[in-house]
Amino acid sequence: MSEEVLQQASPGLIPGAGTARAAKPTRLSPSFISWLQAGPMMLVFLAFFLIPLVFVVIVSFWDYNEYQLLPAFSGRGYTDTFEGCIAQLPDLCTIGRTYVMTLKLCFMVWAITLFIGFWVAYFLAFHVKSKTWQMGLSLLCTIPFWTSNVIRMIAWIPLLGRNGLVNSGLIKTGLINHPVEWLLFSEFSVVLALVHLFTFFMVVPIFNSMIRIDKSLIEAAYDAGATGFQTLVNVIIPLAKPGIVIGSIFVITIVMGDFITIGVMGGQQIAAAGKIIETRVNALQFPAAAANAVILLVITFLIITMMSRIVDIKKEL
Amino acid sequence: MKEGRPRSFYVLAIFFAAYVLFLYGPMIAIYVLSFQGPQGGLTFPMNGVSTFWIAKLFQGTGIVDLGAAFRRSLLLGVIVMIVTVVLSVAAGMAFRRKFRAQSILFYSAIASLIVPSIITSLGISLEFRIIDDLIKAHWNENFETSMGLLTSGLGAHLTWTLPFGLLIMFAIFNRFDPRLEEAARDLGATPWQTFRHVVLPIILPSVIGIGLFGFTLSWDELARSSQAIGAVNTLPLDLQGLTTTVTNPDIYALGTVISAVSFTVIALALGTIAMLNKRQAAKGSDAGQGLV
Repeated sequence: MSEEVLQQASPGLIPGAGTARAAKPTRLSPSFISWLQAGPMMLVFLAFFLIPLVFVVIVSFWDYNEYQLLPAFSGRGYTDTFEGCIAQLPDLCTIGRTYVMTLKLCFMVWAITLFIGFWVAYFLAFHVKSKTWQMGLSLLCTIPFWTSNVIRMIAWIPLLGRNGLVNSGLIKTGLINHPVEWLLFSEFSVVLALVHLFTFFMVVPIFNSMIRIDKSLIEAAYDAGATGFQTLVNVIIPLAKPGIVIGSIFVITIVMGDFITIGVMGGQQIAAAGKIIETRVNALQFPAAAANAVILLVITFLIITMMSRIVDIKKEL
Repeated sequence: MKEGRPRSFYVLAIFFAAYVLFLYGPMIAIYVLSFQGPQGGLTFPMNGVSTFWIAKLFQGTGIVDLGAAFRRSLLLGVIVMIVTVVLSVAAGMAFRRKFRAQSILFYSAIASLIVPSIITSLGISLEFRIIDDLIKAHWNENFETSMGLLTSGLGAHLTWTLPFGLLIMFAIFNRFDPRLEEAARDLGATPWQTFRHVVLPIILPSVIGIGLFGFTLSWDELARSSQAIGAVNTLPLDLQGLTTTVTNPDIYALGTVISAVSFTVIALALGTIAMLNKRQAAKGSDAGQGLV
C-alpha cells in the first residue's frame, strides 16, 4: 500500500501526520473545551433564569403607581401584600388564606399522585417482566405528557359539566335527581386535573429508583420469611425513597406555582399563590407581583430544603 | 416465573389499566366531540357527525387567527428543538469530564426546572422591560420593545426544555461505554471524528428523544410564555384565552388540531428511534463473532 492511500484512509496512522497535528499551536486544553461545550447552556440559564430571578428580587423593593414602575426603594410591594394581616388577627388575612388554600391543594394533590404514582411504578418495575412491555407501557404513560396541558384540562368539561357524562349517567341510574354542581369549576375539579396532569412526575422518578433495586434483595426478604407487606415496607419503600422524594419535590413545586390549572379548572374563582402573581401583573403592579414571587420562592425553597434533607438529589441523577 | 402470576399482579394490572383510562379517556372524549354536527354542543350526546367545526377553524372565520398563531408556535417549536438538542448534547459531553462551574450549571438546570414557571416568566418580563426602559432613556426614544417570540419567548421556553435535555444526556452517558471512544482514539481518530463517527451514531436515538421533548414542550408551553412572549400569542395561549368564553365545539376542534400536530411529531420521533435501534442491532456490533 502506498503511503498516500494510507494517509487518506486514516491520517493518524502515518507517524508524520500525527506529530504534525500534535505540534499545532491551536491544540485546545480540555478545560477550555469543556467551557466551549457547557458555556452556551450556562449563558441561556444566566440570561433567562438567573438574572431574571435577581430582577424579581430587586423589583420587589421598588415603588409603583397606577401605571408605571418607580425605581426607588420601597417596601410597598410587601406591605400591600400583607395588608391587614395584623389588624385582622386572629382571622387570616387574604394572603394568609390564599397560602392555606394553596398548601391544602398541594397536600391533596401530593397524597393522591404519590399513591397512584407509587403503584403504577411498582407495577411497571416489578410485575412487568419483559423489557419490551416495560418500554411500551412506560411510553403509554409518557405520551400524554407530550401533549397540551390546556387540552387535557378542557377534556374534563364534557365529562364533568352540568350536562356532562357523569351527571347524566348519575341521573339515569337514579342516584341523583339534579345535576351535581361541584364537579366542575371547583376545588374538586382542580385537584382532579392536577392529579391527571402531574402524576407522571411521580411515576418516572419512583420507577427509576425501583428498577435499580436488586431483585435478589426481595427474594432474600421472601426467603427470610417476610410477608409481601413486610417486604414492601422494609425493603422496597426505603430503597425507593429517593424517587419518592424527587417526585414529591416536582409535584409540590408545580402545584405551589400553578395558576393555569387552578384558573381554568377553578373557573377563575379560587385564589392561589401563583394566581396572585398573575393578577398583580395584569394590574401592572410589578413590584407587588415580584414581592409575591419572592414570598412564593422562599416558601418553595424551604419545602425543597426540608425534603432534600432526606435524600441527596445529585447522587440520584 | 413458572408458578404463574401472583394475585397482586392482577390487582395492580387493573389499577394500571384504570390509570391509563384516566389518562386517555377525557382526551379521547374531546377528539370525538370535535367531530360534532353543526348543531352540536359542548357535551355528549353527539348531534350528528361532521368535520364542520374543524373546517370552520381552517377557514379562519372562527374564533382566533389560527393560521398566524399556528405558524408562530411551529416556528418557535422548531427553533427551541434545534437549540435544545445542540446545547444539551454539547453540555452533556462537557459533563463527562470534570470542569469548574460544573455544579453551578447542574444546579441552575435543576432550579430552572423546579422554580415555579410564573416566577421565571415574571422575571424575564421584568428583565426585558428594564432593558426597554434603558434603550428608551439612552439611545432611542421611539424604541418599542425588545420582547418578542424569538427573544424573551425563546429564552423562556429554553429554561423549560434545556433541563430535560441535560438530564436525558446524563442518562445516556451513564450507560455509555467509554472504551468505544478509546478504541477510536487509538485508531487515530481526531476528537471530532470520534464524536461524529462513534459517539453520535450510538447516542442518536436518545438525541432524537431530546428533540421530541424540545418540540413538544415548547409547542404546548403556557405558564412560562404567559408573561414573557410579548404582544403576540402562541397557540396554547389562544386556546387558554378561549376557555372562559367559548360555548361551542370550536375549542375542541382547536384542541384536536393542536394534538394532531403533537401526535404526528411523537409518532415521527418514535418511529425514527425504533428504526435507528433496529439498524444498530442489525449492523452495530460484530464483537464475539470471530474473524470472518
